[in-house]
Amino acid sequence: MKPRNLYDKLWESHVVRQEEDGTALLYIDRHLVHEVTSPQAFEGLRINGRTPWRQGSVLAVADHNVPTTGREAGIKDPISRLQVETLDSNCEHFGIEEFRMNDLRQGIVHVVGPEQGATLPGMTVVCGDSHTSTHGAFAALAFGIGTSEVEHVLATQCLIARKSKSMRISVEGKLSPGVTAKDVALYIIGKIGTAGGTGYAMEFSGNAIRSLSMEGRMTLCNMAIEAGARAGMVAVDEKTLDYVRGRPFSPKGEMFDAACRYWNTLKSDEGASFDSEVTIDAAEIRPQVTWGTSPEMVVPIDGSVPDPGKVADPVKRQGMEKALEYMGLKPDTKMEDIQVDKVFIGSCTNSRIEDLRAAAAIVRGRHVAGNVKLAMVVPGSGLVKHQAEEEGLDRIFIDAGFEWRDPGCSMCLAMNDDRLRPGERCASTSNRNFEGRQGPGGRTHLVSPELAAAAAVAGHFIDPGKLS
Amino acid sequence: MKAFKQLNGIVVPLDRPNVDTDAIIPKQFLKSIHRSGFGPNLFDEWRYLDHGEPGMDNSKRPLNPEFVLNKKRYQGAEILLGRENFGCGSSREHAPWALEDYGIRAIIAPSFADIFYNNCFKNGLLPIRLDAEIVDRLFRETFESESYRLSVDLEKQLIETPSGEKIAFDVDSFRKHCLVEGLDDIGLTLIHKDEIRAYEKRRESVQPWLFNRNGK
Ligand code: SF4
Repeated sequence: MKPRNLYDKLWESHVVRQEEDGTALLYIDRHLVHEVTSPQAFEGLRINGRTPWRQGSVLAVADHNVPTTGREAGIKDPISRLQVETLDSNCEHFGIEEFRMNDLRQGIVHVVGPEQGATLPGMTVVCGDSHTSTHGAFAALAFGIGTSEVEHVLATQCLIARKSKSMRISVEGKLSPGVTAKDVALYIIGKIGTAGGTGYAMEFSGNAIRSLSMEGRMTLCNMAIEAGARAGMVAVDEKTLDYVRGRPFSPKGEMFDAACRYWNTLKSDEGASFDSEVTIDAAEIRPQVTWGTSPEMVVPIDGSVPDPGKVADPVKRQGMEKALEYMGLKPDTKMEDIQVDKVFIGSCTNSRIEDLRAAAAIVRGRHVAGNVKLAMVVPGSGLVKHQAEEEGLDRIFIDAGFEWRDPGCSMCLAMNDDRLRPGERCASTSNRNFEGRQGPGGRTHLVSPELAAAAAVAGHFIDPGKLS
Repeated sequence: MKAFKQLNGIVVPLDRPNVDTDAIIPKQFLKSIHRSGFGPNLFDEWRYLDHGEPGMDNSKRPLNPEFVLNKKRYQGAEILLGRENFGCGSSREHAPWALEDYGIRAIIAPSFADIFYNNCFKNGLLPIRLDAEIVDRLFRETFESESYRLSVDLEKQLIETPSGEKIAFDVDSFRKHCLVEGLDDIGLTLIHKDEIRAYEKRRESVQPWLFNRNGK
């Protein structure tokens, strides 16, 4: 048999029907749902008198609109409240399991899925949200879909799709101390560009990827979409199985063992081919920080804001000039000389327990700098928050002057009350630094939790190793 | 989705080119959690004299008597006659949602914006492209005779005017099939529901852990 890559295996095992024109009916194992992109889909079911094909495949949680403080009092903003209440009633009506806002298990959908074992190796996982790529860390085929497709999957358990091309990104060698999965992700995007992965499903491999924890792999796959790829994935290994074992939705006992035998086949065969291959030397990667309004506008922490004047391509130069103007930065400014107004540690990219531990390790015994108006930690889920509190991480943050919030998307996209004011500069562990993403006129620098924590205590970007 | 085979309906003439989707349904109405209910706000800025916001009681708002949709002779119209580049601008599917909700079933124009054209088919609306001269003549006839109606036969791909004139139109066969049968993507996929069930059974026998209901 011809050697197959991981994407081939995942794709082929889910094709219900192949049409001559290249489209396929693809079976969906897990459907995650949140409040913003689902109301019209549920309404569509109702209007057409349809019911979900398999309720047990669906798990819902409200995350985008939920407040991160005082939520016992409910949601103040009426439009947000209506969206969340609509999700509640839709789930009740259609018999779908939902973690409601005050449930300990509530959190960002891409944190909750893996945490519950609702995301398993070999699955197809969809959600009306582009960062569904996160779940590919489990050797799952996971990608975001639109509202019409949400309805389609609810009603048919399938999606009409076309196979993408495959790309392998191999990160070989050893990552330097202080270099995180977020840095690997930003480095890759800086290297191949935000459209570099367009049309591809991306597999991350190489010993530097193997060395990442499951949470690190999730961070990496989460950002695959920022490189243009709808899906990112990592092959199964012992770490995958260890992570999945014992989760509430995971199989138990003998069934778990049987599952492992299958899951262990979820890797690219020796000699499998890819439509595109990129190899990266792990040793080249330094901690990263973005300077512009696209994740590809990124430099190492000890680097400087680039000079558009040195760029020959006029389109690229203009893009850089526009970004610098929006960001209020001058060429050749050292990144470490840039002061921040706010710090946000959270989002589906970096809000898991390891992220919080890493940030707390830097914050411990220090205090948020005087020029920083707000430093906040928003755990990815109620369970992450609870775990952090068990470990005393909340005290470390609070004692240092951070705000310790309730779980949700929060200032990643500023749909609730958490947002930047015009001109404010933020060190953020989220995934998008687009204009206005964290609030109109807000300026976002994407970094790892370590760098965000260091920026909070220093008041400016700094390599954590240089903190006194 | 509603099937579309034949239609005999009142024609309302919207005599301006480049009608964009923001005009069809202004952006403040996109906050809705519904796909229906956009009808009262169809062409909101042209139709009412005041500024519309979601949640207003539209029945109490002052109507613009000059706007064609508000004229008595066009009440109950199901066919909209338009000019070039109908439905241009943003891709919002709310535009066909609003037209459909208002009661429009077919739109005749010399040309349509691509995305809007596609979105119509997904929502049970038939967009018909005709030569500009023919459309022009239909405009004249509509203006001249009160309660002017057209018959549209999608299966035969023919429009018939009150004088008995027959006008042929093109439509791609796959889309025609979906519309005639009232099939949306979901309906089409459900044609294969036995195949999906069979696949699911096979899958369950090999990977039973995917089917334990959320770990229970
Ligand atoms: S945390 Fe941000 S990127 Fe992730 S799902 Fe929420 S809004 Fe989207």
